[in-house]
Amino acid sequence: MPVPILKQGDCLIASIQSALTDADLLELRDELSERVGRYRSKGVIIDVTVLDVLDSFASRTLRTMAEMIRLRGAETVIVGIQPEVAFSMVQLGLSLDGVTTVLDLEEGLAHLDRSRRARVAHAGG
Amino acid sequence: MSRTPVDDVCVAIRSDADVVAARSLGRSLAEQHGFGTTDVTMIATAISELARNILKYAHEGEIVVETVERGSMSGVSVVARDDGPGIPDVGLALQDGFSTANSLGLGLPGTRRLMDEFEIVSAPGSGTVITAIKWRR
Repeated sequence: MPVPILKQGDCLIASIQSALTDADLLELRDELSERVGRYRSKGVIIDVTVLDVLDSFASRTLRTMAEMIRLRGAETVIVGIQPEVAFSMVQLGLSLDGVTTVLDLEEGLAHLDRSRRARVAHAGG
Repeated sequence: MSRTPVDDVCVAIRSDADVVAARSLGRSLAEQHGFGTTDVTMIATAISELARNILKYAHEGEIVVETVERGSMSGVSVVARDDGPGIPDVGLALQDGFSTANSLGLGLPGTRRLMDEFEIVSAPGSGTVITAIKWRR
């Protein structure tokens, strides 16, 4: 099942709606990388609130996604990891090192907004 | 979302979609059996990892999830069975950091940490049966 991707200003929001197969996740990875270029996006939010499992493949793919998007010039924020999902990830030995994770969509948008202001201040100074 | 009652679950594992089906059915069974959300998530994650191991090493196999009783204890067991190449050194496969298929090497030791009991029966050429049990608290 494909993941809807919304464009909001210079951000993209991928809002996962249901459990994803490996193929779905890889498709999302390629789609986001392509759209960052098409829309010249600076930030990407991936909302995983509905995911009830983040296993080794999903964690690895999210890390890969964030790195690909970074290489394309945008910042990725993962939002909505549920407490029990976080617990299972830690037990399993998984991490999302190097990827920004925040509580929810609101925090994700606020984070990207701060990054945008920092960029503007840097360019202006 | 309403769910129909689930009896014992047996899912043939041949593709990535089967991994999702197995963990989703296993989750329903564990919920129905009275496990809390954290335990349910650990069971579903363990099923996902065991199903992945089947795909990665044996290409096909099956996952069976059923309720178990032992004395006054009640829980669910997850059995992952395949006729793949088998594990030459089970002790080594359970060490953190060990892997033969270039994955992160977290699979089996990590999965064992999610469950209460974890047993591997395997030998080269004779497939693998992994039984993992979680008891209800």
